[in-house]
Amino acid sequence: MSEIIATLKKDYIYSLMVKGKRQDWRGFKDFRDIKLETNIISKAEGSAKVTLGNTQVLAGVKLQKGTPFPDSHDEGVIITNLELNPIASPEYEPGPPREDAIEMARVVDRGIRESGAIDIKKLCITVGESVWIIYIDIHVLNNDGNIIDASCLAAIAALMTTVVPNEQLGLGENVPLAMKEMPVGITLAKVGSKLMVDPSLDEEAVCETKLTIVSSSDGSVSGMQKMGSTPLTEAELFEAIDLAIEKAAELRELYLKGLAKSE
Amino acid sequence: MSDKPDKLITDDGLRLDGRRADEIRPMKIEIGVLSRADGSCYLEWGRNKILVGVFGPREAHPRRSQRADSAVIRYRYNMASFSVEDRARPGHSRRSIEISKVSREAFEPVIMAELFPKTAIDIFVEVLQADAGTRTAAINASSIALADAGIPMKGLVTSCAFGKVDGQIVLDLNKDEDNYGEADFPVAMTQDGEITLVQMDGHLTPEEIKKGMELVKKGCKEILEIQQAVLRKKFETPVEDTVKEAAGTEKEGEKKEPISSLEYASEAAAVEEVSKETAEFGAEALEDPSATEILSGEVIPDFEEEIEEEEEEEEEEEEEEEEEEEEEEEEEEEEDLEENLGEDLKEEEFEEEALEEEEEALEEEEEALEEEEEALEEEEEFEASVEGTPEIKEFDEIEARLEKEAASIESEEEIGLESEAEKLAEEEPSLEKEAEIEETFASEATIEPETEVEPEEASTEAVEAEEEPEEEKSEGPWKVVKDPSEAGNRGEKDE
Repeated sequence: MSEIIATLKKDYIYSLMVKGKRQDWRGFKDFRDIKLETNIISKAEGSAKVTLGNTQVLAGVKLQKGTPFPDSHDEGVIITNLELNPIASPEYEPGPPREDAIEMARVVDRGIRESGAIDIKKLCITVGESVWIIYIDIHVLNNDGNIIDASCLAAIAALMTTVVPNEQLGLGENVPLAMKEMPVGITLAKVGSKLMVDPSLDEEAVCETKLTIVSSSDGSVSGMQKMGSTPLTEAELFEAIDLAIEKAAELRELYLKGLAKSE
Repeated sequence: MSDKPDKLITDDGLRLDGRRADEIRPMKIEIGVLSRADGSCYLEWGRNKILVGVFGPREAHPRRSQRADSAVIRYRYNMASFSVEDRARPGHSRRSIEISKVSREAFEPVIMAELFPKTAIDIFVEVLQADAGTRTAAINASSIALADAGIPMKGLVTSCAFGKVDGQIVLDLNKDEDNYGEADFPVAMTQDGEITLVQMDGHLTPEEIKKGMELVKKGCKEILEIQQAVLRKKFETPVEDTVKEAAGTEKEGEKKEPISSLEYASEAAAVEEVSKETAEFGAEALEDPSATEILSGEVIPDFEEEIEEEEEEEEEEEEEEEEEEEEEEEEEEEEDLEENLGEDLKEEEFEEEALEEEEEALEEEEEALEEEEEALEEEEEFEASVEGTPEIKEFDEIEARLEKEAASIESEEEIGLESEAEKLAEEEPSLEKEAEIEETFASEATIEPETEVEPEEASTEAVEAEEEPEEEKSEGPWKVVKDPSEAGNRGEKDE
């Protein structure tokens, strides 16, 4: 399940953290270097690659015509999948998605769905008959920790650059996918009683529990998930929410605002 | 599928099912419903129907899943295909895999898995009927099933969700509120209020989350009380029975009786405070003949003084007698003592601590208190003698002596109590029952007047309700165990 790490290294990282330091001398609220590239897969309707330190995640968006769900007959469908590619880590094996892959995919999905990021009403082709189905496929190419934040960022960036292929079906011109919100997921790792942003792979092995919070541009929370088996206190939860909203606003400003303008 | 109602909350603040914003749906819990499972629970919460079976600790298969240092906890959340409006596809869905994972993680902090290396503890959840909040219902039920299976836990896990409906923060969403509401926020927490599960989807501001967490804490407290009432009902009754059986023959029985009566008293008090649903359980518990018997404890204060006086006299006599009897009795009791040694020694350890910390510590250790009374004096003397020894060569040696001495003190006490009761019974046949029950209470009061165990408990009942049962629970199974050797084994593993 978890990556293998030498006990000595674990102790070293832990004792550093207790002193308020991190292995790579980042502050507890600092992200590693983030690089965002969009439109790198021309066959996909939208794509984005996020490099977060050594972590690499690639998200591709494909649109297909399909039938709507009976209880939402005028709305498009969002399907999110996350692949822990065996290329990304010696720990990963080919096969059906693992528990943590499913969990992360669902957290990303919930963030996008619940924040109302996509205007799904505009994805309806014929009410009750056909709608666009959006497949968001996230491939983890290199796991060096904090896959989930990279995935959230890649997914929303890919969606923001997605073009609805109307021409393909003779429905008129291709139009950009209608977006209403830019949710950003921030994961906080708890070590001792400290919370830190963007845990690296080694730090993930040491930390006791992680809390992912997806927030929107209005400062509201649209998704949350605690992962890991140590409890959190209520104070830590509230602290995490405030910190996540603050960091999400930073990332949104730095990386996503530009994408919205370019459309 | 019903269409969205115009309003989910009416103008007078009531929800569609008549609840207020801070009320949970009625909950019903049955325990031990599956004979083949090690522990089981059936829970109804609103229209949710959940069945949980717990198996293990048992051998973990496949072998590679075993952990050398602890048990593997496996949690399987499964929805029956008929549990929802549109038939669910049987088998694991992505949703159920995720729920299983987070629910397992909700229990990992409390289950003492390190006691059972290389084994697996399986928690199987079957959702028979779903009506919003199944994961929280499943966690509440699993908590009970785990306790039923006798899996050592640091406390119960309680779970409850809050959400936002028509712009208002409400507790425990029902199906319509879940479908058409704006947010859902399930939380699970330990008895200490530590959060072991957090999920959320929807749209909430940080302020709304803070408000919701207050509601959740209230909801979890109510659910915890229901859970505790159910567990008490199941696990306290057998103690009473065994005590009755053993009362005549086994001297230990007499020691136990006051404990159980204490528990019942606390239950009776606690039940009054609990919401409607719990009141039902409470009522059932009160109908229980053994419980009503204890309620006769109200009469006890009238006799308290009399008994106190008598006992004081007797205690003086006894102390003399004890010294004489000591040698003879010791030999006779040796066999029993050996069996009980494990338990007794533990208690003795507590006593030593208690002595150092004096009264404060005494208040906390109800268990120790009972032994304390007479042992206190004697031990002080004894300890003084030990400390007085000029040259302590081997710590082990002293420890061994301590143990021996402690054992003998124990036997004295027990014998003392027994004979005390016998005498009382002879002299006051009409008071027989009360005397037995009240015996320790009275003697406690005489020897430790400052501690005042009884009244304090009554007054802080509500506050202690959360913590107390934890102790009781961990003790519960110990008391039920008839075979002392088994209890000894458990004790070893604990260390």
